[in-house]
Amino acid sequence: MSDATANGIADTAATRKPRRDIGINKRYAAERRFKAYGIIAIAIGLLFLVALLWSIFSKGYTAFWQTEIRVPITFSEQVLGTPQQANESQTKLLMANYPKLAREGLIKELGIDPDDKKAVSAASGLISSGTRVTLRNIVMNDLSVIGTTQDVWLYASSELDSAMKGQYDLSVPENRRPISDLQLQYIDKLKAAGNLEQRFNTGLFTFGASSRAETAGVGVAIIGSLYMMLIVLALALPIGVAASIYLEEFAPKNKFTDLIEVNINNLAAVPSIVFGLLGLAVFINWFHLPRSAPLVGGLVLTLMTLPTIIIATRAALRAVPPSIRWAALGLGASKNQTIFHHVLPLAAPGILTGTIIGLAQALGETAPLLLIGMVAFVADYPATPMEPATALPVQIYMWANEAERAFVERTSGAIIILLGFLAIMNVTAIFLRRRFERRW
Amino acid sequence: MSTFTIIIVVLAIGLVGAFFGYRQGKVLTASENGVRPHSRPVYHASYVASLAVIPALLLLAVWLIASPIFIASDVRASFPEGVLAQSQLTEDLAYGIVESLGTGLQVLPDDERETITETTPVKDISALLRERGVPIASASADWMVPLALQLNGMQFWSRLAMTVAVIALSVFGAFWGYRQIAMRLRSRNKVEGIIKGALIVASSIAILTTVGIVFSMLFETIDFFSRISPVDFFFGTVWEPRFSNVGSSGNAGSFGFIPLLAGTLYIGAVAMLIAVPIGLFAAIYMAEYASRRTRSVVKPLLEVLAGIPTIVYGFFALVTVGPFLRDLSAQINGLVTGDYASFIQAQSVLTAGLVMAIMLIPFVSSLSDDIITSVPGSLRDGSLGLGATRSETIKRVILPAALPGIVSALLLTASRAIGETMIVVLAAGVAANLTIDPLEPMTTITVKIVAQLTGDLEFNSPQTLVAFALGMTLFVITLALNVYALYIVRKYKEQYE
Repeated sequence: MSDATANGIADTAATRKPRRDIGINKRYAAERRFKAYGIIAIAIGLLFLVALLWSIFSKGYTAFWQTEIRVPITFSEQVLGTPQQANESQTKLLMANYPKLAREGLIKELGIDPDDKKAVSAASGLISSGTRVTLRNIVMNDLSVIGTTQDVWLYASSELDSAMKGQYDLSVPENRRPISDLQLQYIDKLKAAGNLEQRFNTGLFTFGASSRAETAGVGVAIIGSLYMMLIVLALALPIGVAASIYLEEFAPKNKFTDLIEVNINNLAAVPSIVFGLLGLAVFINWFHLPRSAPLVGGLVLTLMTLPTIIIATRAALRAVPPSIRWAALGLGASKNQTIFHHVLPLAAPGILTGTIIGLAQALGETAPLLLIGMVAFVADYPATPMEPATALPVQIYMWANEAERAFVERTSGAIIILLGFLAIMNVTAIFLRRRFERRW
Repeated sequence: MSTFTIIIVVLAIGLVGAFFGYRQGKVLTASENGVRPHSRPVYHASYVASLAVIPALLLLAVWLIASPIFIASDVRASFPEGVLAQSQLTEDLAYGIVESLGTGLQVLPDDERETITETTPVKDISALLRERGVPIASASADWMVPLALQLNGMQFWSRLAMTVAVIALSVFGAFWGYRQIAMRLRSRNKVEGIIKGALIVASSIAILTTVGIVFSMLFETIDFFSRISPVDFFFGTVWEPRFSNVGSSGNAGSFGFIPLLAGTLYIGAVAMLIAVPIGLFAAIYMAEYASRRTRSVVKPLLEVLAGIPTIVYGFFALVTVGPFLRDLSAQINGLVTGDYASFIQAQSVLTAGLVMAIMLIPFVSSLSDDIITSVPGSLRDGSLGLGATRSETIKRVILPAALPGIVSALLLTASRAIGETMIVVLAAGVAANLTIDPLEPMTTITVKIVAQLTGDLEFNSPQTLVAFALGMTLFVITLALNVYALYIVRKYKEQYE
């Protein structure tokens, strides 16, 4: 045997001819090409991810800052009426000409002649017309400010805000940009005096819908989404866990069980917009629940989330080894006691993870909510889930349809907030899985 | 009492019952040396509580659903003969006005309401209600006033009877359960039976949802097809649903389904054409070549794409990809012909397809990854052992073995592409074109469902109902794809098990 091998080697060494081409190089080249395709595919995928995130973040991070102007406001009794009058009737306070106060304050600050119409209108174009609400709230909260002069930070108009953030090209001729040369002079003057600043934009988180970008926020949308998530959690978790327990632990193998299984798998793949049609026809048209209400949205999202939770819970229950069940049953526990005292607690981390992922899906869902009327202009916070509200992704959809430059920034900002929530939920799920996962 | 209060009262009765049941159970356990009752106190408590709560809440639900139907049919039966024929109202519309009169009357303060009798002219009531901000349709007539009063009376008595009946049933249930508690009462078995019943009900909700989807769309679809012929819908090539004024029985517009189907399939095809090679090659690389470390970094990163809500993709298409493609085409055109005009529009099949492809890549890659890794290792080892290179093994052995699974993954992905809404709403355009140029905008079924159903709607115009016909078609298409995909997966699984 060893002889033969030795001979073979000697033989090949002796008769060394140019080796017959069996295509090995070609095959290796094909191998390298094939591997390169894989790398390219992954690179393209990651490139898309980076492009998407970069596009959103580069457009949106500025939304968290808002340009504000410090203006000394004289709360004059001529405009507001005396505090005594205000105590008797609030109508005058509610209807008072607050923009005039802001305009006069700014004119005084900039030293503009009140009779110079052009200069006055240029100056008042710098302040948001949303100041009405800001100033009214100050006065309504504390009537003693009437008659005094106070420094107040006012929102700048969206044009000024966009100019400050460098979103306009200021080198083009004056008539082709929304900010005039005169206004630029005022801006420089305010900036030099420290009266113009970019401050953290709390309004983005607290305001409701508004047709002006600088006073539009996702406050109402966050509350609406929160209500919906609570409803989904309160309904989908118990129902989903109960259904999984039945299917995994009790159900006999028969036609009925098969039917349920097929149904759940199909529901997981039904387009979300179909659930919207279901919600519209059943909850709104038959049960006469209110349109635009988080309650209906929550119910629709519950039906959508159920398959996700059921599939995750069943996997978690299946992962609990049968020895646990046998031990409990052997000690005389009933089937229910076995499941509820032993199997379910062991499966809880898996169930929780699946639930959080299901909730994250529901939080980002838009299409079904459009059909049940969540596309609504809601400026006030809903007190109960029966009152009209909107949802975070729907708010994004509505802002995406606005043409103004400032709304693009707001939309991206809202997307960052949404992605932030989703990231927190998913990281929590991963953390839970890592922390509590048990390998049997 | 409001429904909410009734529920609270019933739950409170259940709680009190549970307390007494628990106490009685304790007494039993303590008494009679050595002999212990069959069930522990907590099961007695649960038994009493469930007897108090479950039947009462079921009765409440049945009553809430049934009573409006009975009241409505009773009120409708007492519509004066012939009045409907004289006016232009349908029976439903007239009942709606009576109902709103009834609810309006409840808003009024007591002293004003007492002045209203069956003979009060409807004009006076409308004026009173308008002060309170309740609008009443102008088509209201004097004969509706007594009916509205009758309706209110019936509703009042129905609610009173319901409150009494539900609470009485709850108290009776609690009392009955409490009386039953004894040494040999097998309340654990009974409670476990109830729990099992609840579990079965919970798992039937999946079936109920499917049934709900099918029936809710079926009724509206049948209604739609009674107005527009199915032939015009399925074979029409023009989509132009005009919103006609209420009552005018003119041309309702044309509802040709072909342009929408074409757009849906075209955009889906473009997306699949981009997503499938990328996803598949990524999956192959991750399953066969990548080291464990690379895999543990790349796989989650690609799956981030799957976790991003579709509205974000839509916005990305609208403000970034669309303008980018438009400007790019203008530049290319400028370099080639010297004329800087864009030949790709900002909203186009290409834009929507490209962005949808980004969304689909993680679906294709993680589904195929699972399938490729589940091919038995022995096949792989055998092929490598015979001297095949890795790529040859993949192409000749692994992919053929995984083919059924991959086909089903692609079918599931395709069904997702067809049902996708937010990307196409923002990126594909709304004009129902019938074109083969991927650089033109087209529209999809889902876009039109959204377009027909946002805004003010009336449930009886073909413009609204067509959305349900579209939804039904979409549901049937995706269901067929899903069922076929699941069938393949099942069949494939059996091969290796």
